[in-house]
Amino acid sequence: MSFDSFSDFLAMGGHAFYVWSCFALGLVVMLGNVIAPMLERKKLISEQLRRIRREEAKS
Amino acid sequence: MPRWFYQLASPRWCYQITGKLLPGFSIAALFLIVGGTIWGLAFAPPDYQQGNSFRIIYLHVPTAYMAQSIYITMAIAGAIGLIWKMKVADMVAKCCAPIGASLAILALATGAIWGKPTWGSWWVWDARLTSMLILLFLYFGIMALNSAIESESTAAQSTAILALVGLVNIPIIQYSVDWWNTLHQPSTFKITEKPAMPPEMWIPLLILVIGFYCFFAVTLMMRLRNEILRRERRTSWVRELLMQQRG
Amino acid sequence: MNAQRKQRLTLVLLIVFGSSIAVALVAYALSQNINLFYSPSQISMGEAPADTRIRAGGIVVEGSIRRDPSSLKVEFDITDYAHSTTVQYVGILPDLFREGQGIVAQGALDGSGRLIASEVLAKHDENYMSPEIAAALEAAGQMPHMPPTAGKGY
Repeated sequence: MSFDSFSDFLAMGGHAFYVWSCFALGLVVMLGNVIAPMLERKKLISEQLRRIRREEAKS
Repeated sequence: MPRWFYQLASPRWCYQITGKLLPGFSIAALFLIVGGTIWGLAFAPPDYQQGNSFRIIYLHVPTAYMAQSIYITMAIAGAIGLIWKMKVADMVAKCCAPIGASLAILALATGAIWGKPTWGSWWVWDARLTSMLILLFLYFGIMALNSAIESESTAAQSTAILALVGLVNIPIIQYSVDWWNTLHQPSTFKITEKPAMPPEMWIPLLILVIGFYCFFAVTLMMRLRNEILRRERRTSWVRELLMQQRG
Repeated sequence: MNAQRKQRLTLVLLIVFGSSIAVALVAYALSQNINLFYSPSQISMGEAPADTRIRAGGIVVEGSIRRDPSSLKVEFDITDYAHSTTVQYVGILPDLFREGQGIVAQGALDGSGRLIASEVLAKHDENYMSPEIAAALEAAGQMPHMPPTAGKGY
């Protein structure tokens, strides 16, 4: 460990704002990049299933 | 061209193979990124000059490399789509753009936040920063073209051409710090020399760079599969797949 | 590869090389303006305009820092190991500022070739090391030095 205590780790030697805002931003962007296609897939599948049901009902 | 090249051209084959690759790459990405981040944030020593603000390198360098690598991938996929008229190549190029743009934003933002305590400024218009901003604008331009043009094949053609025109920006980004006087320092990883930092500092960085490549593979495959389902929705294999989902 | 694909491949290569040449020409034409800062050699040779806002960059010369005891005014010299330029600045200097460090100052040249700076930024090189390693290198006199401008080796 490069830090003497957990509160030292959070303080980042006075640079806490800079380091943690970067990694918070990073987390948001990474999660967004994973969640967005997941949601899109759900939406796609349910839309297409609805379309198939409609076509089956018609025929 | 080898057989696997033409196999790649089948959207169905791509959908199946990405389905098999996703779990492995996801686990690799998760372990490498989480492990590398913990190492870099808590176990790597602070820098003698910059103290702990130097730890921003563990996000800034991987995302900067990814923003450039993804652009190159997008340009090559676009070129293959142009030359071989391969739909899957067009789809790959289209899916790369939002991922590359978000990582470029992250690279620029972390760079600016890092610059404030070290250089004393959030931003300067030196060659490295300006060319990275141009990279982001190229990504935005490609995404805008894709949504503005209705015909998928015309959109693919236009965005491929734009991506290729902007490809020269990549060597400019890389060599700007060598060719011109800049505030941004020379590159951390050089192909011919080992990095000017001790192993306790560069090993977690390398782990994160590899982890981010895996992450790109995962997000690209996820988006590609969506794109394939959408475009091939009228085919029988997609219909069968959807029926399985329902059941 | 059939003829049509060869044609498209040629088109792709033309696009890439064409834009590269265009950009190279623009970069060459703008080369003076793409540099973020003038080096002390350029300033001493009169390449930098006077009375306009410019940037100057170089390494802070050892022993050249002169602080005014009653104000935040400070004067120091920067060098590119061929020529040096004096910089005058009023204000708080960045944390990384010290002798042997690269800096970039923004301001205007006065009549005597001195830069009256309104902003001083600190550069840092791509050498990262722990405090222990740095102390050891300093003691052994082996600390790597920053090159003042682009294209110069160590």
